[in-house]
Amino acid sequence: MDMPVQTNKSRRGFLKTQAALVVGFSLPLAARRAEAAIDPVDSNTFAPNAWVRITPDNRVSVVCGSAEMGQGVLTAIPMLLAEELDADWKLVSVQQSPVDTAYNNPAFGMQATGGSSTIRGHWTPLRTAGAQAREMLLAAAAAQLNVDASTLRTEKSHVIGPGGKKIPYGALVEAASKQPVPEKPALKSPKDFKIMGKPTNRLDTPAKINGTAKFGIDAHVDGMLVAVMARAPFPDAKPKSMDEAKAKAVKGVQKIITIPSGVAVLADGYWAARKGRDALAVQWDMGPHADFDSAKVTSQLEEAASSANAVAVDKGNPKDAAANATQTISARYEVPYLAHACMEPLNCTAWVKGDEVTLWVGTQSQGPAQGILAHVAEATPAKVKINTLLLGGGFGRRFAPDFTIDATLLSKAAGSPVKLIYAREDDMAAGYYRPASVVRFEGAVDDKGAATMLRAGVGSPSIMAASGFMKIPENGVDSMAVEGLADHPYAIPNQRIAYGRAEPGPQVWFWRSVGHSQNAFFIESFIDEMAAAAKADPLQFRLALLSEAPRHKAVLELAAARAGYGKPLPKGHVHGIAVAESFGSYVAEIAEVSVAADGTPKVHKVTAVVDCGMTVNPQTIARQIEGAICYGLSAALYGRISYKDGRVEQSNFHDYPVARMTDMPKVDVHIMPSSENPGGIGEPGTPPLAPAVTNAIFKATGVRIRSLPIDTEALKKKA
Amino acid sequence: MLAHPFDTILAISRRELLIAGSACAAAATADAQSAPAPRPADAPPPPASTITLQVNGQSHRLTLDNRTSLLDALREHLHLTGTKKGCDHGQCGACTVLLDGRRVNSCLTLAVMHDGAQLTTIEGLGTPARLHPLQAAFIAHDGYQCGYCTPGQICSAVGMLNELRQGIPSHVSTDLQARPQLTNDELRERMSGNICRCGAYSNIAEAISEVAGAEVRS
Repeated sequence: MDMPVQTNKSRRGFLKTQAALVVGFSLPLAARRAEAAIDPVDSNTFAPNAWVRITPDNRVSVVCGSAEMGQGVLTAIPMLLAEELDADWKLVSVQQSPVDTAYNNPAFGMQATGGSSTIRGHWTPLRTAGAQAREMLLAAAAAQLNVDASTLRTEKSHVIGPGGKKIPYGALVEAASKQPVPEKPALKSPKDFKIMGKPTNRLDTPAKINGTAKFGIDAHVDGMLVAVMARAPFPDAKPKSMDEAKAKAVKGVQKIITIPSGVAVLADGYWAARKGRDALAVQWDMGPHADFDSAKVTSQLEEAASSANAVAVDKGNPKDAAANATQTISARYEVPYLAHACMEPLNCTAWVKGDEVTLWVGTQSQGPAQGILAHVAEATPAKVKINTLLLGGGFGRRFAPDFTIDATLLSKAAGSPVKLIYAREDDMAAGYYRPASVVRFEGAVDDKGAATMLRAGVGSPSIMAASGFMKIPENGVDSMAVEGLADHPYAIPNQRIAYGRAEPGPQVWFWRSVGHSQNAFFIESFIDEMAAAAKADPLQFRLALLSEAPRHKAVLELAAARAGYGKPLPKGHVHGIAVAESFGSYVAEIAEVSVAADGTPKVHKVTAVVDCGMTVNPQTIARQIEGAICYGLSAALYGRISYKDGRVEQSNFHDYPVARMTDMPKVDVHIMPSSENPGGIGEPGTPPLAPAVTNAIFKATGVRIRSLPIDTEALKKKA
Repeated sequence: MLAHPFDTILAISRRELLIAGSACAAAATADAQSAPAPRPADAPPPPASTITLQVNGQSHRLTLDNRTSLLDALREHLHLTGTKKGCDHGQCGACTVLLDGRRVNSCLTLAVMHDGAQLTTIEGLGTPARLHPLQAAFIAHDGYQCGYCTPGQICSAVGMLNELRQGIPSHVSTDLQARPQLTNDELRERMSGNICRCGAYSNIAEAISEVAGAEVRS
């Protein structure tokens, strides 16, 4: 029997409730004893705060509230704490926390992972947590030895006393637990770091190499039904007819449930649910969107870019500068919607039992989910338990609440645990894309070849509005639509950069590096165009404009030196450059590219230099930069979500190709030594990749690539 | 050297397998759009078969709907979730297992086709006390990030090194008669069926190279 679940509010309404949970930057941890997490804290555990537990066997367990999606937080969070604790790294293990405000990401004020913020957010709080524990252990040892704590020191999970007497932390558990928790313990000077700043192997082995690692899609709850959904092909499309009898006739199908986002078929296994969903053959009332296509997207973005008037940057007198310029150039750039295409298709297992809600899911936003799902299930946040499993890729997609909301609604309606699984085709078409965007540029150079004017009008949808927890400010500028462009590093005296909002319809969301993902392509390409207009070398042209951006300048210069920029390359190979700052880190990339006669570009090598301030795990940093380059390469070469007749045209990896091992260039990452505070690292490697490649393509062919993915037809026989 | 006439069939590259897979995917999508012929509600249930699968040295007797993929048989029926589902259309390689020593995309084959077959999944490669050399190499070279593609990468690499040992050429082999060497191009071509969205490709390649090199030396 069909069981429609009516809700009074739209999904957007659900998301707005989450705003109530944003409490702003949380205070450094108060003196508090840890709440029960995975392992309950008993009297045999020293747990002066939510993150650290030391047991009599001298082992240290660190509780991590961040979601692990390959970016290495399950290793980095313990490193932050273990350093100040002076723990023996070999005795340190990590466990995933439950959802609890104790594990709020200090950068967000909620328990969530994203924005390359985990290290930046936890840098002081986690170091403080470790230092607290260390001081309490020292105080306990001092009392025991009847000496002053200043005569003691710590090393590798031991207190070292006069005469070299060694007391393991484990022997001090009970005594340390009785000590007062210091509010402001002394933190190490970075020059004394023993654990941080050293390449360190991940703690999540061997599970990931022996098949025991559990991702969301591996969850199993006895009695669960598996759900596959027929989702609206376009937001606000409504189901107008379906063949329930045919769906029910599929062996294994148990229920058909309609919820706001579509119709679910619940069965005793994935295949039956999938077949049942296909047999259901839902026909959709597409409303005004029946003829929606990518051409409509482009024309709406064009219009918004042309009339953009929410001013983000207003400097000098661009009109006069244009009028008096020796040379003006203009160009129009465009990028499409992009899917995240995580390797693990979206999924969520939910069990609503009365007023209790339990989830098993890979999610980046446990904190917001708790509030949203309490609302959805008509429960209280305290009764929403989230078991955070490993994420088979996140990239921002798993920050969205859609799949957790749907699983929860389905479980509530079905009265049993429900495992919602997206087929790859469902995942591809499910929206929450990186926004499409169009930019109209004008630039001017004077007779000395200096850049005198830059004007840009950006047309794109608003992620702030789509997020459900942010609002476009009074001035109308969606900061994410212009980040990387409005805050570019070049000292150009006359500028006007404005945003024009367009909402063609597809749901947009955060995608790895967000607005920087398209805006670095835009500005780094146009700066290259201005260099060409000034008949200047692209590197020299940029360096001359980076007088107010020393960290951009430094990474760019070093990358050029390391890549051998300006030195001879193999026949047909050229260099293209780009530099971008995002999420607190500065990355320069120099791509060595050749273009074949059939127009296919080949990226042979990428030389990257990153200034991310002080480092926690340089091994992770190198992997993240390389991984981000790979992600950017997929987008530059292939990525495109397009629409025809109201539907997404792409479905699987044959028509939404991604970079394979055969595409991957050699990547050389150099981390700039720095004593600055840490910047983020998950995302900053992506923005410079596309422009570095397309700038190289210009050098090789004389063809300026102004839209992505790269059109190889235009490059045929041009190299 | 090609050992058996049937080996010529296996000499098709991964790329050709993918193109075949994409044709299946296109067909499948088309099926979903058009209404398939209706099956009367009182028709007999779809045929099922009872088969025996040897998985990681253990014998399993399963009665399955004939249309169950080997991947779903492993994950849903045997609860061996180490083998992953990424695309269900042979595009990504996350579901790679070893079937009688050969690597296959388990999503592209039906369980009932393999009655009596010997299967090795990631759970059966090595033991906690003695990791398979490739597992150890993946750890040593940090050959993963999120870890979702990893079981498929490792199983695929095991199968790939077997193919190399058997002298099976690839799409990039310049001389089909010569014993193939694991050059950079060969390694990448032979592993191109395994997608890694985290971009750990260079570390994966280093891990495989190390084991291959050790094999050459031993």
